[in-house]
Amino acid sequence: MKKPVYLDNHATTPMDPRVLEAMLPYFTKVFGNAASRNHSFGWEAEEAVEKARKQIADLIGANPKEIVFTSGATESNNLAIKGVAEMYAEKGNHIITAATEHKAILDTCKKLEKEGCRVTYLPLKADGLIDLDMLREAITDKTILVSIMYANNEIGVLQPVAEIGAICKERGVLFHSDGVQAVGKVPVNVIKDKIDLLSITGHKIYGPKGVGALYVRRKGPRVQLTAQMDGGGHERGMRSGTLNVPGIVGLGEACAICQREMETESARHRQMRDWLKNKLESELDETFINGSMEHRLPHNLNMSFAYVEGESLLMGINDIAVSSGSACTSATLEPSYVLKALGVGDDLAHTSIRFGIGRFNTQEEVEYTADRMIEVVRKLRDLSPLYEMAKEGVDLSKVQWAAH
Amino acid sequence: MAYSDKVLDHYNNPRNVGSLDKNSPNVGTGMVGATECGDVMKLQLMVNPESGVIEDAKFKTFGCGSAIASSSLATEWLKGKTVDQALEIKNTDIVNELSLPPVKIHCSVLAEDAIKAAIGDYKKKRSVGTAEAVTAH
Repeated sequence: MKKPVYLDNHATTPMDPRVLEAMLPYFTKVFGNAASRNHSFGWEAEEAVEKARKQIADLIGANPKEIVFTSGATESNNLAIKGVAEMYAEKGNHIITAATEHKAILDTCKKLEKEGCRVTYLPLKADGLIDLDMLREAITDKTILVSIMYANNEIGVLQPVAEIGAICKERGVLFHSDGVQAVGKVPVNVIKDKIDLLSITGHKIYGPKGVGALYVRRKGPRVQLTAQMDGGGHERGMRSGTLNVPGIVGLGEACAICQREMETESARHRQMRDWLKNKLESELDETFINGSMEHRLPHNLNMSFAYVEGESLLMGINDIAVSSGSACTSATLEPSYVLKALGVGDDLAHTSIRFGIGRFNTQEEVEYTADRMIEVVRKLRDLSPLYEMAKEGVDLSKVQWAAH
Repeated sequence: MAYSDKVLDHYNNPRNVGSLDKNSPNVGTGMVGATECGDVMKLQLMVNPESGVIEDAKFKTFGCGSAIASSSLATEWLKGKTVDQALEIKNTDIVNELSLPPVKIHCSVLAEDAIKAAIGDYKKKRSVGTAEAVTAH
């Protein structure tokens, strides 16, 4: 077994060697500009781009013409939300999203608020799902867009996307979903889910970084976007810029592999994830799962280990790469806003660890991770005054802590 | 995030982990921090009532590696010092010894607060003459 063990596959994934293989010719041999219309260099590049467009479309049940290439999901999310806000400004100025969305959504919405849009940030239920009744109530005649992620990047919770899509359709509101964590991992179908705009990125599905796509519905309704970058009018005028042909080829190949292998891969990941969960729960007391276990990505586990601070836990398992919702591991020194939105107290948010199992992880690695986690949690609990107090029967929620 | 060798050493081999009898009149207990902030330190010291010298010190810390290291180091420094000498330990001494980055300075502040709280508790016990412990400061 090679160390360190990488179990942070929600942050990014290693590229599949088959994807790299597919990309390589497009750096040196087939280097043409896909927009060059009058020589074979351009035609070959264009052909590769169109093949990739189809591979991506096939994975999500779309038409290839509905795929717009971008530099990644942050750009896709920006383009979707700002593009709709500008294009449909005459129809309305109200956007609905949720408190647990990625910063690429939340900060884009905050920017639009400064420019006169009204944004509703839906609260979440304790299991991390949105309340569909609240969504229904939030929609007004000024609402132009609902943006709800398919699966959450921290807790892996899958939203009831098809139901959200149906509500939006019924009310004549566009529905955007950030599909970064879900596409390629669970079946996503823009027709069945009634999604109008879907953000995708390469590097979460064993493809390259720096390339992504935005699905933009062409029929029923035909979604229009105001371009956020001016230039040569590529991608049906929605996203100018010379196409990143090797990246796009890689994204296409990554999607094709996911489509072929999703079923066996997700079953394998689910088995490993459940094994890890059961092992940790059977060996350690006072562990808490964050978010719904039922509506969840098969490769995600987000668990709080009460009385053990997350960063110190990461320090103890330094040959394993995972993430924590602890304040100490974030740039803002605030504990995870996602866990906060679920009503997880700051004390437990500080003790949370996110495990993300990926294509190249082995059962041996998962077992090693479980053993190390158990060892370090026990060691740190021996060191924890809170664990000691809890064992003495002190109700920690009643203790008056001195703020500092 | 890279940790200094000294932080790693204290994290991997924490000194003086444990608890002293908080009801003993010679033991001072300091508990500082808050669970919501992600760090709570409990620091205890046992003082020889005749000489005023700290004979033993123990800690338990919920917090990041730097918080653990700061409190571990504090217990090392406390032993053998008189109560008055212990009060001279400054958070900046801890910062320098452990090469803490700016973002971790609050860990050293917490350790200094814990020392002061423990000594305060000890002094209170001595003046009142009863064995009353403070569970949370």
